[in-house]
Amino acid sequence: MRKDGLRELFQYRDLLYMIAYRDIKVRYTQTIMGLLWAMLMPVLIFASGILVRYAYGLAAHKGLHTADLASVAVKSLPWAFWVSSIRFSCNSLIQNRNLVTKVYFPKEIFPIAAVLACLFDLFVASGVLVVFLAAIQSGWSPYLLWVPLLLMAMVLLTLGVGMIVSAASLFFRDVKFIVELLLTFGIFFTPVLYEVSMLGDKGTWLLINPIAPILDGLAACITWHQSPNLAWFAYSFLFSVVSFVGGYTFFKHLEPSFAESI
Amino acid sequence: MSDVALRMEHVFKKFRKGQVYNSLRDLLPALTGRMFQHPELNENDRREFWALQDLFFEVKRGEAFGIIGHNGAGKSTALKILSRIMKPTKGSLFVQGRLSALIEVSAGFHQDLTGRENIYLQGTILGMTRREIDSKLDQIIAFSGIEEFIDTPVKRYSSGMCARLGFSVAAHVDPEVLLVDEVLSVGDWAFQRKCIERMNEIIRGGATVLLVSHNLATVADFCHRCLLLHKGQTLTTGPAREVISAYLNRSNKARDDDPNLGPITISSVRVRNEQGSCSHFHAGQKAWIDVELAARRPCSNLSVVLYLKNEQLQDVFYTSTTELGSGEFSLDHGDGFRCSFELNLNLVGGIYYLTVLVLQSCSHTTYDRWLPAATIYIHSTVGVRGAVHCFPVVVWHELLPASRQDVPAQPAAETSTETRR
Repeated sequence: MRKDGLRELFQYRDLLYMIAYRDIKVRYTQTIMGLLWAMLMPVLIFASGILVRYAYGLAAHKGLHTADLASVAVKSLPWAFWVSSIRFSCNSLIQNRNLVTKVYFPKEIFPIAAVLACLFDLFVASGVLVVFLAAIQSGWSPYLLWVPLLLMAMVLLTLGVGMIVSAASLFFRDVKFIVELLLTFGIFFTPVLYEVSMLGDKGTWLLINPIAPILDGLAACITWHQSPNLAWFAYSFLFSVVSFVGGYTFFKHLEPSFAESI
Repeated sequence: MSDVALRMEHVFKKFRKGQVYNSLRDLLPALTGRMFQHPELNENDRREFWALQDLFFEVKRGEAFGIIGHNGAGKSTALKILSRIMKPTKGSLFVQGRLSALIEVSAGFHQDLTGRENIYLQGTILGMTRREIDSKLDQIIAFSGIEEFIDTPVKRYSSGMCARLGFSVAAHVDPEVLLVDEVLSVGDWAFQRKCIERMNEIIRGGATVLLVSHNLATVADFCHRCLLLHKGQTLTTGPAREVISAYLNRSNKARDDDPNLGPITISSVRVRNEQGSCSHFHAGQKAWIDVELAARRPCSNLSVVLYLKNEQLQDVFYTSTTELGSGEFSLDHGDGFRCSFELNLNLVGGIYYLTVLVLQSCSHTTYDRWLPAATIYIHSTVGVRGAVHCFPVVVWHELLPASRQDVPAQPAAETSTETRR
């Protein structure tokens, strides 16, 4: 059954491309606006990160180092990707109500396309990040080879959760508000603005949040030139795969009743 | 068995009436409430109704099949099950070959994308690959007839242009099974012709077509066979024209059984010629329409209104007793009323539906409506199109060879006026 679903998704790959193209094109109608769109959230996260780090530096009499800035900058991008992906995929089915009720095709294309469009933003913003890192002479190391794997875990997790929230918000309209609330406060429970190490031994608890080891790992291999914490990353990766498979199964299970429930 | 392109096998579809929880805010209290309530109290919540019951039909390859029925008969549910948007509660569906639905032809358009980009978007939505669209792009653009605006964002298009572009994409999908739902009413008359020709081409190309429509004339024209749905059940299946006439008779019978009749009812409508009841006329013939009313309660300021609708159910003619100068009338309890209209049927050949209404002119309350009260077939031997028959004749014509162009045309004009006199 699921194999059929995947084969069908493959048959409709051009549609996935076109829907993602549509979402990107509409945002980038004016190149400047598109770039601004891709950069706005990471820049805001980065700015608040500097504020938090500065305050922490004052309290701990440690000062503010460029490596701290680089770490916040590196983590702000995937977090912005996560927030906008979940937000877009949450609304993706409802916004395309016309197509959901009128035409047959695998509907997971909508949340997947929403995530792909945000992934495009992530790549655009990454270009800016690379320039920034080069400017502060962050340097590079072979540990950068971990980045694709870490990003893959991030994308799988986002796709899985995206499919779940998109289907759930089709049935219950207020899921959207709960998701918004969780996304808004999620940044405080995720080591984006701060480091896990700042919380001492208790910081380990934060790594239960499956995004935390991924962000931590990205900061480790890009700015600290270390390998990610392998045990925690393995946990995150497993969690991502399970959420992707579970999210897809959940979505496909509910899909037949979309048209009559929307 | 291989010549069957599409089969509905005893399909049932159940919908839930009453309260449906579409937010957690409503659902959670209801769930906790349910634990403390008697199950009978929730009976209303779980009332169900069958939108389709035991629908069974087969469509052979290359056949055009129609589904007709009143609003709410289950036509759109059937179509949604056929196009796999909805799953049947019971029963199954068999489709052989690529199925494509012509439903809301511009549903996938995005306002900010250009016409060209929207062709790709809509095309992939309908199941084409980008390579396929590449190869058909020129045909699609040419068919839509909006070449000049193809790189303009669709938000600047008129609704007609959107519909044309949407239909052009849909018409080039080359499906093996095509589902059509009321899309032939897009664009202007010339474009409609083009659509119908294209549909015929698709049928001639061996595709199977399933048409769901209110437009009986289209069903009658296109479909070999037809199915009449009523409240989710199949009433008749058979040759299209027979089923359509059964449908029209049924409309009238259903009206008689309606318990919610108003104070005034139309008790009979009869169309006749000099000899008696008649439904087939030649263009230009006289017809008489006798209408009888019965009153159950006293009513005043009444008038009888007559409409003629064409095959597309557009009004082509309208009149009323008041407008014809016979004045408004009042009826007392138990009174009857009879009137007769005389019409010159200056109509082009085709099928016309006669509609009769009784209304109170001052308050615009319609007491009774009979649609269609009768079907009138007009036969016309002359090739004319449009709404009215002006009985045209070519009284005079002459060929002007290039060599004679310099000769003044004055005398010719004089001759023509003479002939007309």
